[in-house]
Amino acid sequence: MLLEVKNLRAGYGPTQVLFGLDFAVAEGGVTALLGANGAGKTTTLRAVSGLIRQEGEVLLSGQRIAGLMTESIARLGVAHVPDGRGTFMELTVEENFRLGAYTRRDPDVAADFARMWEWFPRLKQRWRQQAGTLSGGEQQMLAIARALLLRPKLLLLDEPSFGLAPLIVQDIFAILRRIRAESGVGILLVEQNANLALDLADHAYLLETGRIVMSGPAAEIRQDEAIRRSYLGY
Amino acid sequence: MEAFLLQLAAGIATGGIYASVALAIVMIYQATHHVNFAQGEMATLSTFMALTMIQAGLPYWVAFAGTLVVSFVMGALVERLIMRPVQHAPILTHVGVYIGMLLIIGNMTGWVFGYTIQMFPSPFEGGKPMLGGLFSAHQLGSVAVTLAVLILVYLFFTKTSLGLAMRAAAYNPRSARLVGIRVDVMLALGWGLAAAIGAVAGMMVAPIVFLDPNMMLGILLYAFAGALLGGIDNPPGAVMGGFLVGVLENLAGAYIVGTDLKLTVALVIIIGVLVLKPSGLFGRVVFTRV
Repeated sequence: MLLEVKNLRAGYGPTQVLFGLDFAVAEGGVTALLGANGAGKTTTLRAVSGLIRQEGEVLLSGQRIAGLMTESIARLGVAHVPDGRGTFMELTVEENFRLGAYTRRDPDVAADFARMWEWFPRLKQRWRQQAGTLSGGEQQMLAIARALLLRPKLLLLDEPSFGLAPLIVQDIFAILRRIRAESGVGILLVEQNANLALDLADHAYLLETGRIVMSGPAAEIRQDEAIRRSYLGY
Repeated sequence: MEAFLLQLAAGIATGGIYASVALAIVMIYQATHHVNFAQGEMATLSTFMALTMIQAGLPYWVAFAGTLVVSFVMGALVERLIMRPVQHAPILTHVGVYIGMLLIIGNMTGWVFGYTIQMFPSPFEGGKPMLGGLFSAHQLGSVAVTLAVLILVYLFFTKTSLGLAMRAAAYNPRSARLVGIRVDVMLALGWGLAAAIGAVAGMMVAPIVFLDPNMMLGILLYAFAGALLGGIDNPPGAVMGGFLVGVLENLAGAYIVGTDLKLTVALVIIIGVLVLKPSGLFGRVVFTRV
């Protein structure tokens, strides 16, 4: 397993949000975390990347990462595209790219830049532009590119569809499918739009107020009428 | 006409000093989004350390380099030991800490090195007045040093990945951590660099105004005016602002308000900029789109 999480508990100050989650992401697989607003999806990603304090086991390729600093977890190969995207608005697209690859010393960085341009041609057109002037969709693309430039083993994606027009969301998910096929990075995806998420994922977990209430292969969950009605609302 | 040119030249020379202190202020601002009121006192302390090294017999430029190193360490330590514990505290706590540092460092300097006014050597002495007698050798030299520091700082921030990481850590600490940047190290580096730049300013101004523990008091105010005028988030702008304030102050002092009201010029500039153009003349207006 690429990521194994056991009995994960986390929260904000005195407020506990996650009450013992167990889940996993397979090597090169896509795992979706589904659930309503406030179920604890964003909190789960923050706990995995160390942005908030957590208890329980978090294993990345068997190595314990719970309790490490965010920057150390990033250097071990976890790239987090947080809610609000986490691009550097004041800096240019180019500088955002350079920062994405900041920890890398290998000679493939230039090749990875070229790969990002291929996946996100619009970012190349905006190369010298300040990131804050990009459209919402372009900013989301920049956030994903920035994260991939870390050459992560695991990509944490927090609602890549958030606030974007349906057509743009289609684009982004098409690119994610391509990235999945071409890069072999494992993805932990948080998404309100269950339909989209289940399309991309091979495994899914359903969260309700900080607990996992259901899990299984994405295809099965998609088929299950009862789950769809009671949890996914479509 | 000749008198006017002399005033202009003197303004440019003192402007160079304001420019380097303004640059130090902007450096801290870039790294922390705060203005360090104790910047001047830290620079004065550095200058005293330089004097001690020179009096101990070290050649000027060796003492100069040594002072930069010691000041860098001092700045980084101030961040580690004093600013770090209060980093999540409200802004008023920070203001309190800055004012506290201003008083403590100032008094400590006086206690250790004494309050007598001392001569400080210039590395550019002995030359004849240059450019038709408008500039003394020291004035010209200190302007050159200021510009050299500016160019180095500018190249550091724009061309090196460490400089880029420092900017990223200042703009968006959370995202910086997510790309693997050690934000705490960047802050300490920023403080260290600012202290070193302040030390350069101190060593350049001391031969003109003489060295005493309160040497930087007025200069900090002019420098702050310069930083605001040029744009507090823009290092080249702050340097331009520093030179402008130097020239304005000198010309206004000579022809309009007289020497007694010179400092008022700085205050008028500060208030004027804050009211009319808060981002400064060269400040970048940052676009945010959601």
